[in-house]
Amino acid sequence: MIVRILGEGQLRVDDAATDELNVLDAALGKAVNAGDEQAFRPALTALLDRVRSLGTPLAEDALEPSDLILPYSDAGLDDVRELTTGEGLIPG
Amino acid sequence: MSVMKRVSLIFKSKANRALDRMEDPRETLDYSYQRQLEMLTQVRRGVADVATSRKRLELQMNTLQQQQNKLEGQAKQALGAGREDLAREALSRRSTLQTQYADLETQYHSLQADEEKLTAASQRLQAKVEAFRTQKETIKATYTAAEAQTRIGEAVSGISEEMGDVGMAVQRAQDKTAQMQARAGAIDELMASGALDDVTGTGRDDIQSELDQMRGGQDVELELERLKGEIGGAPKREIESGPVDGAAQASPATPAEQPQAGESS
Repeated sequence: MIVRILGEGQLRVDDAATDELNVLDAALGKAVNAGDEQAFRPALTALLDRVRSLGTPLAEDALEPSDLILPYSDAGLDDVRELTTGEGLIPG
Repeated sequence: MSVMKRVSLIFKSKANRALDRMEDPRETLDYSYQRQLEMLTQVRRGVADVATSRKRLELQMNTLQQQQNKLEGQAKQALGAGREDLAREALSRRSTLQTQYADLETQYHSLQADEEKLTAASQRLQAKVEAFRTQKETIKATYTAAEAQTRIGEAVSGISEEMGDVGMAVQRAQDKTAQMQARAGAIDELMASGALDDVTGTGRDDIQSELDQMRGGQDVELELERLKGEIGGAPKREIESGPVDGAAQASPATPAEQPQAGESS
């Protein structure tokens, strides 16, 4: 699968890593939903670090859409909340 | 739903809206390409703005550094003259500047990191725009509108995701440089007002003038001693109790008179 880290570019990550990334992602989602600033930063950093270490950067001229998109590394809790709601496009 | 999936859905829905806008999907290619070129210009401007802010910070840091060196020199001079109070004042001013310097340094590193990221983003976008242009021509030449649909969809959503990402990065960098420029402007004003030379805010470097007065006073004494020697034979004790007494009183108590004494000698 292709994962984009906003501000950094796209990486190809083996599908086998999906479960592991989902666990880290769930922790991040929990922190965002709870508005838990203290849990948020380490959760985001852990997820991004794992993707960086598992992934291989895509060629710069690749024109492939990503399967997953992650917030930029210095995003705050409010930024992530904004990113996940967009302009109210996503139901539920 | 997970964070990763929600963010990607937001981006996908934006790409889809771009695709839905056109009746002939091949028109989408040209429209998208125009947008890409505009975005490239915007990113390059963003990189230039960040670089300008960084250079401005650099200049301010240099000025602050010079001020710190000057104050340290004054502190040494004051200590040499036995004026610990003045030395203490100079050092305490220097420490205020050190705090400001450290703050600027943090901002500087953060701007430097932004500049690197934006430069890399600009290169990525450039490579993708070029790849898109090639694909666009191939698709237009080889496929009918109906056949082209899938290929166009992929190319457009791939690049529109990149554009969304880069666009946000430029926006963030611009917000940040705007904030920094406001603060940099405040420091420029401080420097122009001379308040950084003299934290008491009178606009004059009072430490330096006091040091100058002290030196002036010493010069007068030396000069007097020399003159008395020339006139001949006056014992040293009389120099101390006599006219020099007035000069010694003048030095700390009424500093305003002192430069005149220095000039007249």
